[in-house]
Amino acid sequence: MSETDDKIRCDACPVMCYIRPGMTGACDRYANEGGLLVRVDPHVLLDRTLAEGGRVAAFAGASETWSGDIVGGPRHFVTAIGAGTTYPDYKPAPFIVSSQVEGVDMVTVVTEGIYSYCGVKLKIDTDRHLGPECALVRAEGEPVGHITTGEYGSQMLSLGGVNHLTHGGKKEGRVTCQALLDLCNGKPVELSVDGGATVVVEAGKPPIVNGQLEQRMRVGCGSATIGMFARQWFGKVDEVVVVDDHITGVLSEHQAGKLLGARETGIRMKGRRSTPGRYFHVAEPGTGWGGANISDPLEIVAGFNPKHAWPGLTMLMVSTTGEQHAFYRLNAELKPIQEELPESLRVSVERVTENCEPALCSVLFMAGAGGSLRAGVTENPVRLTRSVRAALTTVTAGGAPVYVWPGGGITFMVDVTLLPRNAFGYVPTPAIVAPIEFTMRLDDYAALGGHVEEVRPLAEVLAQREARATNVFVDGVVARSGATK
Amino acid sequence: MSVRAQFATLPDGRRHFHDGPIDLILEASGPLAARAYDAAATRFATILDELCLELPRLRAASGGRPEGVVARRMADAVAPFAESRFLTPMAAVAGAVAEEALAAMTEAAPLTRAYVNNGGDIALHLAPGASFAIGLVARPDRLALFGRARITADDAARGVATSGWRGRSFSLGVADAVTVIAHTASLADAAATLIANAVDLPGHPAIRRAPACSRDPQSDLGQRLVTLAVGSLSGDEIARALASGAREAELWLGRGLIEAAALSLGGRTRLVAADAAPYTLAAPPLSTESRYALG
Repeated sequence: MSETDDKIRCDACPVMCYIRPGMTGACDRYANEGGLLVRVDPHVLLDRTLAEGGRVAAFAGASETWSGDIVGGPRHFVTAIGAGTTYPDYKPAPFIVSSQVEGVDMVTVVTEGIYSYCGVKLKIDTDRHLGPECALVRAEGEPVGHITTGEYGSQMLSLGGVNHLTHGGKKEGRVTCQALLDLCNGKPVELSVDGGATVVVEAGKPPIVNGQLEQRMRVGCGSATIGMFARQWFGKVDEVVVVDDHITGVLSEHQAGKLLGARETGIRMKGRRSTPGRYFHVAEPGTGWGGANISDPLEIVAGFNPKHAWPGLTMLMVSTTGEQHAFYRLNAELKPIQEELPESLRVSVERVTENCEPALCSVLFMAGAGGSLRAGVTENPVRLTRSVRAALTTVTAGGAPVYVWPGGGITFMVDVTLLPRNAFGYVPTPAIVAPIEFTMRLDDYAALGGHVEEVRPLAEVLAQREARATNVFVDGVVARSGATK
Repeated sequence: MSVRAQFATLPDGRRHFHDGPIDLILEASGPLAARAYDAAATRFATILDELCLELPRLRAASGGRPEGVVARRMADAVAPFAESRFLTPMAAVAGAVAEEALAAMTEAAPLTRAYVNNGGDIALHLAPGASFAIGLVARPDRLALFGRARITADDAARGVATSGWRGRSFSLGVADAVTVIAHTASLADAAATLIANAVDLPGHPAIRRAPACSRDPQSDLGQRLVTLAVGSLSGDEIARALASGAREAELWLGRGLIEAAALSLGGRTRLVAADAAPYTLAAPPLSTESRYALG
């Protein structure tokens, strides 16, 4: 355009509007403010009550009883949900909002990050064997991640990441994106592990492994369980075996039994003895007793040494969660014969169960705020990283606290259950869209090269929000907005 | 694929699609709704790019038949009106986009009920027995209803659109809102634009106007005067402006292009419909001396 007036051309979308000073483009989101292209659209303001599962303001209005007051109390936290963004973020972040917090002028820069570099870390509380370490984890048959370390009472899975999102096949990327989105938005996702189990994962809910709802998280490994309950078992039974795929414990040999003066029983365990009373690899991993592939616990007992064992010897076998248990007495041939669990031992077995916490799935969203996203906050992106490092800037995601990884960049993790429901979106790139906010003192913001000219008082944002009813529709109630054209 | 388009699920399960100047709210009911949403998202991702390929033609009142599917929906919708009125395909863009997204949903899955709301221009899908309750809102900044309508599966109407000078697109008239119910969203969109233009008081000193191009250099309206603000109007003036709009609405109703139109100005309303039964309008009494302050 060769005209010499000061209209500017917006390049945020292919409409490529020419925008006159003081006017907005066709979208009403970008405006010409004194020759600068600025972002002006309303966005989601989340107040804390809404965070408890309520609805979010931007599209919630519109019920006929709505008073028009979306602001209400003073506890508004400006979140990035619905703030929108552009990519790459060479334009200032959609909202840079100032408010007074404890008398200090605070600035919150809110944006929605588009993360190609992102994924979820899953902690699945189960002793059942989900699959071998490094095994591929699939959704709808597509590889979306892998099994990683086994941790206390739980199995870790790592899903997503740039390799599945963008380096695999087209379907792989799309399915990965959908699985991440559903997990982050609190929906159940079925995952199958190569050479392992099928597990349904939902944030904050118990996992379902091969169709079986997981109830409890183990109280400890087999050896630890012996240590915890030795005193309660001693004198009531001659031998106790706590069956555990990781570390099976044997009372009579265990340090705890020795200290109590437990008599040798001559039991011979399968697997590899690590230290007295602690056995590794008594069976293969599986979904049976104690996360091993056994349904009959005697499979892990090789026999009894006649030098020490005696007819009538009693033995309790119990899994690490107490969900499975069996009681035996040796016959004249020193073969264990199952009998009903005596009442005196039932209490201790129930106590094992009682001390197992409910099994849950935890979903942590992990993403890195790349240079371009940071550029939306400051003209000098690395200073934002330094500011976060120096704890001058607080990072939140949809208002939820995040853990920021040490090291380079701003790579953070957040518990998805702390964000409002459906706070995550996606773009077909594919990539996940997640809210991120940076909060800092106004003077710190200026010091790190922030877009200070973009700072808008909170009151102004709220006022503008009120003045613009956007699309609203409640069971067919149409409010007109002035959208589109 | 477009990296701009964004897809979000609202807390109540509806979807919000956004790309450039387009914001859609979608809702689908039925066991396979998720499939319908996926299909709509896939279709939506390229719509804006397709439209922008033909923008010069779509902003012109005449020219060859456009190529794109949505562009053709726009051109077809304005054609019956454009014989006697100035109207470019852009007058039906919102409705046409809504229709296109709705078509993607209904082709992908059987749905009992669905809608795509593109900033107040709405395409509806109704399986037998289903219905929608529609609320009519005059001013974007005041969410009070000035009327209601009920659209059932037996009705011919599958489109609703609203136009007025307070909206985001330009109007040549002074109507706060004209909501049109028509067979398709794109027809409703085009008709609402024309009827809102006709709710007018030419030369009235309280109405501030400016050439469209002075506000938006690329407006399809060029030098035509668009309404910027409306001052105080007397009850008589309001009634006269509404009557002018109602004549326009009756013209299109008579030609079978619309099913109904609800006109709102200064708190007064007019309904133009072949069958008034499905509609209720709030029309507060207005004495001739009371003046209704607008804007």
